[in-house]
Amino acid sequence: MTSDDLRAPDPFAAMPDLDARLSRLRQRLAVEAEREGLLDVAYRSVDSPVGRLLLAATPQGLVRVAYEVEDHDAVLASLSERISPRVLRANGRLDPVAVQLDAYFAGARSRFTLSLDLRLATGFRLSVLEHLRDIPYGGTASYATVAALAGSPRAVRAVGTACATNPLPVVLPCHRVIHSDGRIGRYLGGQQAKQSLLRLEGAL
Amino acid sequence: MEREPFDAVVQRCGPMVLRVCWAVAGPDLAEDAWSETFLAALRAYPKLPAGSNVEAWLVTIARNKAIDQLRARSRRPAPTERLPEPARWEERDAQLDLWDALKRLTPRQREAVALHYLAGLPYAEVARLVGGNPAAARRAGADAIASLRSMLTLAKEDESR
Repeated sequence: MTSDDLRAPDPFAAMPDLDARLSRLRQRLAVEAEREGLLDVAYRSVDSPVGRLLLAATPQGLVRVAYEVEDHDAVLASLSERISPRVLRANGRLDPVAVQLDAYFAGARSRFTLSLDLRLATGFRLSVLEHLRDIPYGGTASYATVAALAGSPRAVRAVGTACATNPLPVVLPCHRVIHSDGRIGRYLGGQQAKQSLLRLEGAL
Repeated sequence: MEREPFDAVVQRCGPMVLRVCWAVAGPDLAEDAWSETFLAALRAYPKLPAGSNVEAWLVTIARNKAIDQLRARSRRPAPTERLPEPARWEERDAQLDLWDALKRLTPRQREAVALHYLAGLPYAEVARLVGGNPAAARRAGADAIASLRSMLTLAKEDESR
């Protein structure tokens, strides 16, 4: 733009404020994208007693739950990279997830009945995640027990890694995996979050 | 090469695209043009070559969708509003608002002004989109901005009279 262009008055100062229409337009875009089969990754966030959680779902199901400490923007960038860049904020697909999480945090739900998309985990890590749901609400299991459940009794450290990289924390209860001596151990959402969840479930 | 989540593109470029749609297609058609733009962009986004200028790409789509909206309306049997011929200077409207003023520009002037002033495209890029050479695009943009200033200033003076 040349200095000539900047001469007052700016005719576009007379343009109405359009930004107020954008949130409605974005909702409409998400609805139309879903209808056209273009919404590869829908996301929204919810508030919870363990902080704000990011929820993301593909058409197959819930693919990611992320704690704030994981940096939600970084998580979305990684989903864009690993799944598809067709990522939009969209409530519809995630409403059932938000409802079930609310009930869980209110102590009114002890298991989730959601379609899950486990594509972000593979191999032994996936096998660990699949066995996490064998640990009942209100209970805990040691890393060694989970290693045995997943078919590799000696892969105790690998169970720790699988938990630390669980793409669906809370829903797949890696918070129920603790040390054999009773120490609750590390957690991807922070030790305090792990403690809160175990206390909520009556396991502590 | 990392591909930014499309949602971040909508957040960053949504306001600019809406202003361009508004200036080219007018208040009634701007929102449909915006929706069509981002739906088409979402469809093509995964195949956009790495390192592309996302803003310029979106503006290209937006300009086409805004023109499509105008054409579709002019084809409809009972248009509620028709783009008038560019007005003669004597016919300036006392109640002129911005869209009334934009409608009085030629389509080429309106596009030039929207693409350069609202989308921030250099005139070389504007010329590539609307045709002609950069000098002609610059002239169209400069004429348009002068006409707008003049029309809007006169309208204001008339109001305050």
